[in-house]
Amino acid sequence: MTAVPPTVPPTAALIADGLPAPVPEEAAPAGRLRLVLGRMLASRGVLAGGAIVLLLFLLAFGGPLLTPWNYATPDYLAIRQSPSGQHWFGTNGLGQDVFAQTVRGLQKSLVIGLLVAFFSTVAASLVGACAGYFGGWTDRALTFLVDLMLVFPSFLIITIISPKLRGTGWIAFVALLAAFNWMITARVVRSMTRSLKEREFVRAAQFMGVRPLRIILRHILPNVASFLITDATIAVGAAVMSETALSYFGFGVRAPDVSLGTLLAAGTDQAPVFPWLFYFAAGLLVLFVLAINLIGDGLRDALDPTSEGTRPARKSRTPRSGK
Amino acid sequence: MTTTVETDLLTVSDLSVDFNGVPAVRGVDLRLRRGETLGIVGESGSGKSVTSLAILGLLPTTATVSGSVRLDGRELVGLPNRELAAIRGRKVAMVFQDPLSAFTPVYRIGDQIVEALRIHQDLDRPAARKRAAELLDLVGIPSPERALAGFPHEFSGGMRQRAMIAMAIANDPGILLADEPTTALDVTIQAQVLDVLRTAQRETGAALVLVSHDLGVIAGMADRVAVMYAGRVVETAGVDELFARPRHPYTLGLIGAVPRLDTGGGPLVPIPGGPPALATLPPGCPFAARCPLAEDRCRTEEPRLTGADGHLAACVRAEELAEHGPAPSEVYPVPTVPPAAVARPRDERESVLRVTGLAKTFPVLKGSVFKRKVGEVYAVDGVELDIRRGETLGLVGESGSGKSTTLFELLRLAEPEAGRIELLGQDTAHLDRSAVHRLRSDIQIVFQDPMASLDPRMPISDIVAEPLLAQGAARELIGRRVPELLRQVGLDAAHATRYPHQFSGGQRQRISIARALAVQPQLLVLDEPVSALDVSVQAGVLNLLQQLKAELGLAYLFVSHDLSVIRHLSDRVSVMYLGRTVESGAVNEVFERPRHPYTRALLSAVPLPDPAAERSRKRILLAGDPPSPTERPTGCPFRARCPVHTALPSDLRTRCEQEPPALAEAAPGRDHHAACHYPDA
Amino acid sequence: MIRYLAKRLAYYAALLVVAVFLAYALSSTALGPRTYFEAKQPRPSAASVDRQLTALNINDHTPVVERFGTWSSDLVLHGDLGRTIHNTSVNAEFGRRILVSLRLLLIGSLLGMLLGVAGGAWSAIRQYRISDRVLTLVSFVLLSTPVFLLALLLKNGAIAAKDAVGHEVIPFTGYETPGLSGGIGAHLGDWALHLLLPTLSLALGGLAMYSRYQRGTMLDVLGSDYLRTAEAKGLTRNRALLKHGLRTAIIPMSTMFAYSFLGIFTGATFTETIFGWHGMGEWFIQAINEQDVNSVIAVNLFAAVVVLASGFLADLLNAALDPRVRS
Ligand code: SF4
Ligand code: SF4
Repeated sequence: MTAVPPTVPPTAALIADGLPAPVPEEAAPAGRLRLVLGRMLASRGVLAGGAIVLLLFLLAFGGPLLTPWNYATPDYLAIRQSPSGQHWFGTNGLGQDVFAQTVRGLQKSLVIGLLVAFFSTVAASLVGACAGYFGGWTDRALTFLVDLMLVFPSFLIITIISPKLRGTGWIAFVALLAAFNWMITARVVRSMTRSLKEREFVRAAQFMGVRPLRIILRHILPNVASFLITDATIAVGAAVMSETALSYFGFGVRAPDVSLGTLLAAGTDQAPVFPWLFYFAAGLLVLFVLAINLIGDGLRDALDPTSEGTRPARKSRTPRSGK
Repeated sequence: MTTTVETDLLTVSDLSVDFNGVPAVRGVDLRLRRGETLGIVGESGSGKSVTSLAILGLLPTTATVSGSVRLDGRELVGLPNRELAAIRGRKVAMVFQDPLSAFTPVYRIGDQIVEALRIHQDLDRPAARKRAAELLDLVGIPSPERALAGFPHEFSGGMRQRAMIAMAIANDPGILLADEPTTALDVTIQAQVLDVLRTAQRETGAALVLVSHDLGVIAGMADRVAVMYAGRVVETAGVDELFARPRHPYTLGLIGAVPRLDTGGGPLVPIPGGPPALATLPPGCPFAARCPLAEDRCRTEEPRLTGADGHLAACVRAEELAEHGPAPSEVYPVPTVPPAAVARPRDERESVLRVTGLAKTFPVLKGSVFKRKVGEVYAVDGVELDIRRGETLGLVGESGSGKSTTLFELLRLAEPEAGRIELLGQDTAHLDRSAVHRLRSDIQIVFQDPMASLDPRMPISDIVAEPLLAQGAARELIGRRVPELLRQVGLDAAHATRYPHQFSGGQRQRISIARALAVQPQLLVLDEPVSALDVSVQAGVLNLLQQLKAELGLAYLFVSHDLSVIRHLSDRVSVMYLGRTVESGAVNEVFERPRHPYTRALLSAVPLPDPAAERSRKRILLAGDPPSPTERPTGCPFRARCPVHTALPSDLRTRCEQEPPALAEAAPGRDHHAACHYPDA
Repeated sequence: MIRYLAKRLAYYAALLVVAVFLAYALSSTALGPRTYFEAKQPRPSAASVDRQLTALNINDHTPVVERFGTWSSDLVLHGDLGRTIHNTSVNAEFGRRILVSLRLLLIGSLLGMLLGVAGGAWSAIRQYRISDRVLTLVSFVLLSTPVFLLALLLKNGAIAAKDAVGHEVIPFTGYETPGLSGGIGAHLGDWALHLLLPTLSLALGGLAMYSRYQRGTMLDVLGSDYLRTAEAKGLTRNRALLKHGLRTAIIPMSTMFAYSFLGIFTGATFTETIFGWHGMGEWFIQAINEQDVNSVIAVNLFAAVVVLASGFLADLLNAALDPRVRS
């Protein structure tokens, strides 16, 4: 056989190469779940990350109930006050309660992060699996689309479009973020699908006469699931980072909505003098993304049997062709 | 072992290796004399490879090693890394199993050998390079100067392993450790590489430790043999003694489980069960659970390795075995294979599969976006197959011979590129979609790797039901059929809800077979169904296949690179070379009176698990590797490697060069065809 | 090999053309230069707005394809990127800003890559020791901090330092001290000092990303057969790791290099804005806010060329590092 030139454009090969081996799972749900759970619980990163994420969610959705202040209503008696028993995170220049605002912003950022990760993962798995499974022109067209969308940093495109979305609210912003966030995952799914397609259990299904869509649903997607779960987790963190960045520059969430990004934007100039306007939001942002990344990393180790220390012993195989 | 003979070069005593507390090697004793060859044989998980790596301290850091390894009186266990490094490659060198992954992919072969030389010897670059070329020449690599500049991926498997051996002997080591050196290679290439190993040993006078799962390879190479089981040596003796009068039931069983090339037929001796998990080993003899001779005392204490005259065995009943010398089948229960369901003579049986002149080419593509065809691979280029009801056709060929392509072409059930495929009398070129779908239930496949062919995320009941579902069978039929099928292949129907990874390799292969049988096919395509399995397990699966065939009147297309297995199971055989059928016929006919030079070479390359026979055989070593299928040779495709052709007078040679030989009958009416102009030379 | 690279180049060129067209169409339809002119005081007449828009080739009454035709033929024939909304030359602005941005992009990405590769390899070799854990933790925190936030934090730090000491310790605005006198040495020092924070905010993220990735590939290599062979030959563990392990483990980094440029470009946009560098990123944000279509397109063109060039560079690097790709 001739050596195959790398047909994957560089950006794709990145993650594809990063995976130890495409679709390495060798185990099944029942026994697997226990194994995976066991490994995850054994990882301090996952435990810590999980705990933090849980707390932040509680804070984001329970926080508004704890404070008498509303995020938008000013307290004219307290302008730019430092944190106190009354205003836990202090107040801003308009006298709004920073705790209420931060909690509100956190809520929005979390929701946006989750939704973007969900939609982009769904899109990525569909596009990737179809491109990989059907090959030929479907593959070529989808690959070109993916390459095309990766020519520009998505920030530029989102920024250009976002003025058009003024007045449509944050849901449109979610759609926009998701629309520019699936390409790399799709590439990985594509390359995993391609190698799954060569796997004997897929071949066996083909020779039994199982129809393609059924094969994708029953054999391909379940076998890339663990990658998708890990990837989606990390995508939540990435989406929150994109959201805050865009909102910071005024291209994302806009008033009257509040997100961590808008809070940071509002607080930046005053940060040196009135740190509470900036650092609470900044801290929560980093904390959340960090926790998500820790979970993602732990998940990857737990879901991937080839990760450190669990690599199965090399087995002797039958002859392989030389070149 | 207490008596260390003065001349022992390497003494391993009580060597144990743990990985995170799980034992892999449990107290191994070995001795190696100068210049001798010690074979270590065992199945996967027996600890044979770990032992060989532990000798050089090459295990990962998660391993804990205890015991002693003495090289020339010097203790190696616990030696600081730097001092060990000075010994590795200099006094003891290694040859690994998979030479592709064992060479660093980004450096040239020459540079890697030069590096090995310059670590231990004070040579300048040009001198080292010259020496490297000599070494490559010694191991039979053509144009060594050029080869030095090659990258590992540019070499064929056999050539890489030769280069590996050249690198190993670069510093004239006293000991060569070869860990499954030929497992990844084809038989004819294996024969070449074993020959190179012998040469290397002769040139350097090194002692050789040969680790292998293949009794045939061990029989042909070793002076003494150690049999490992569950992390221990269970028997050790001189090679003739061991094969002739094994004293451990496990050794006896292994010998009985191997199908043999020189005797066909008959059921094999399967060793029941599978190897134990070393993490949870019960007290007593580790083999007790599988041993037909086990007694109560076996389960209390692990027997020690004892015996006289250098023939040691770790079995309480070793004496008895030594005395009676029973045959494997007298000790192990052997299943009876019922007589075949179809016993009519071949000519009267209807045809199941008939393939004539099948061809398949693949374009060689260049470029990533705008792919452009730059040539063609003639993967299959003239294949003829003929299978009648109730018959097994063995399809033999080495890698690159087009076996797999042939199978996939058959299973596509579409019009072939050239030639004709008739399944159950229907020409696949003229089928509509629904006919193809229906026909799918008549032809089913069992793949080589049972782990890869079962979806790890489905319980086995769903796996077995899948072909039934695809054929639109009713739910309650499926519910009835699945347990029945599992029982039929010797599995417990109560395990239907388990997942593939909860089964052993042999059991998984049984699941694959059950799945294939679900839709009651007429023809079962078996693609190397036992080559991923250990011998003791393989025997059980082969027996099952024979039994099913007799009961259900199935026809098999049995693809394998292993001629012994083919001989054992097939009624007829078809040999492929470079995409072509070069010889076919009744199995005894072809194996006893091979007509094509390639078949003869192939047969002579198969190692026999019988040291005496191995020594006395005449070997036909083929030169070089099979040519690339991108060039379609004129005349006979085997010409470049054909020993007959080389020996012919030049006027007769031209025929081989110009005229492609057609499959011709050996004698009128006899079921034996060969594609050679000089089949009697 | 040459042919392979030529193929890649052709593919990238095709991508570039299609992508630029799409970007052009998108910018032209999404932005509203008409409103910009109409908002002027005193409000100009519709005809005058139309005239000005047409002169700039950004009139939304002209079909997009036609505008693109004019724009691209100007670009191809005269190397002219058109006029900004203030009727100045886009080329001039482009020329002023490109070096500012490239300085930041190149130094930031290279520094991040070098440090990241070194750190990741070291971390893998010392797996589970204190140094590995510390580096892992640091890279996790860095990976979880968006670039703009990192830049803001660095800037705030510099401000705090200035407030504490009383004068500017590390500069945090612009890329040079205006009106600085002195020789070339003083200028270089001044540049370097101005580069420090923006580069750091780009490089730290790169460092974190590369080091995680390099640690992973290195760990894969640690269990490889060829590393064992190298040791079996008689190389000590560390030499085998450096010579055989690291060399193979950096191959995948070349693809990472291309990919990371997407992120770095975005990051540079933020740092430029935050540190007051008049580079392409800052221009882009400004242009969006001013509905300056031609400038937006110019920056997009720049981004696409940079991204695709880094992709091509990665292909080259990959081929240079991996003989398996070359054959
Ligand atoms: S000791 Fe007992 S169980 Fe073990 S091999 Fe001998 S007879 Fe069998
Ligand atoms: S035809 Fe000639 S070259 Fe071919 S196998 Fe026969 S003797 Fe050899």
